[in-house]
Amino acid sequence: MFPFSFEWIWDMGHMVFMGGLWYALGIIGLGMTYVIIKTLQDTFGNGGGGDHH
Amino acid sequence: MDSALIPKGVKRCSLPVFLFGVGIVGVVLLWGVYAMLLCWLKGLNQTNMNDSYGFALWIWADLAVIAIGGGAFFSGFLKYILGIDELKNIINYAVLIGFICYSSALLILAIDVGQPLRSWFIFWHPNVHFMLTEVAFCLSCYFAVLTIEYIPLVLENRKLDEIPFIHNFTHNMHGIMAVFAATGVFLSCFHQGSLGGVSGVLYGRPFAFREHILVWPWTFFLYTWSAAACGPCFTILLTKILEKITGKKLVKDYVIDILAKISGIMISTYIIAKIIDTIYWAWVTAPSMGFNLMDFYSSEHSNPLYHGLWILLLEIVIGGIVPAVILISKKLRSNQKLLLTAVICGTMGVCLNRWVMVMQPMAMPVMPFDSWNLYLPSWQEWATTILPVAYGIILIAFSYRYLPIFPQEKELNPIEE
Repeated sequence: MFPFSFEWIWDMGHMVFMGGLWYALGIIGLGMTYVIIKTLQDTFGNGGGGDHH
Repeated sequence: MDSALIPKGVKRCSLPVFLFGVGIVGVVLLWGVYAMLLCWLKGLNQTNMNDSYGFALWIWADLAVIAIGGGAFFSGFLKYILGIDELKNIINYAVLIGFICYSSALLILAIDVGQPLRSWFIFWHPNVHFMLTEVAFCLSCYFAVLTIEYIPLVLENRKLDEIPFIHNFTHNMHGIMAVFAATGVFLSCFHQGSLGGVSGVLYGRPFAFREHILVWPWTFFLYTWSAAACGPCFTILLTKILEKITGKKLVKDYVIDILAKISGIMISTYIIAKIIDTIYWAWVTAPSMGFNLMDFYSSEHSNPLYHGLWILLLEIVIGGIVPAVILISKKLRSNQKLLLTAVICGTMGVCLNRWVMVMQPMAMPVMPFDSWNLYLPSWQEWATTILPVAYGIILIAFSYRYLPIFPQEKELNPIEE
């Protein structure tokens, strides 16, 4: 649920519950985005096929 | 035939033997899937649940697998946050077990809601005054975290790892894993706690109701504590079972010893808190609501045997004090038989705690004219409860065969050329 949904109320319950959900999803989403971008850079950016061993 | 997929330097059984074993468990899995489809297609009339018994067998199984799957978040916390690096030798297996437990929990919930196509309602129309909403949020997010933790393990398969993009992806995932592990700890603490909170706030059921700290009943903290304490017991137990089945040593003793010792400290502190909680509940909370302790257990009240006082003693003494005493003592936990006894007792104790807090409150009469609610699960409920066990065995079998789950296996079991 987002604040623009008609059911949304600006009370503590909605802010804490939905804020916590977005916070967790935000960290997961940003983390995965970082990993994918870095992998693309590592693989195709510097001549490709980087080896970390 | 599949030797190209098996990790280098380790030995596995032949493919036909493997497929035969998986096939046997697969039959059980199919039985569970059939029962699951019956529940989805025909509805919850396939179960023996009723208006009095809304939380039935599979909800107990749900809470139990979440508790014993706690080894994943707690091991992650110990390795990535506290920096106990030795646990890297068992963390993959802990993550795999956690992944199985949490995917099973979500599967059970998908059956329990009866109409899984509406599962998204919890995110779009949440009741923000309900602890199970928090559980649903945290459970879903934590499953995503566990999937993220499990993916690098899958991608480390010998053949997949040869692809540069996948190799780099796995490397980068490992690099940022501490962030995901920390998120997992945060999510786990809250959903474990809120599952306990659901029982503790039931003021209409004095057997479950507990005193509060702010908005959180004692059960909130006890659930998180017990999952962190007993989850590692289950990880050790499954490691020992896999070692027995494969006939190999997979993890060095000092790694198991570290995890067992930490688990022992956690169980010791947990069981002290649990005893204090039980005494306060028996002497203060329940009497303030018009009940004496023996009202809940006395045979004069037609108390069925499977809800007797013995369960309380079994949970606290055998499922709590015994593993605590064994695991906290270096001498006792060094004895392999005692270690195995302790981890079995610890796992049993936390599962029994979930039984006591979920099933017994449903069964106990709350009005003078009420009688005990007796409930026997239907075969469909048994089948769908056993389904995750079969699924877990199959996933462990495939993961062990094709993925480098145990980093010390090669060293502990050198292959003679």
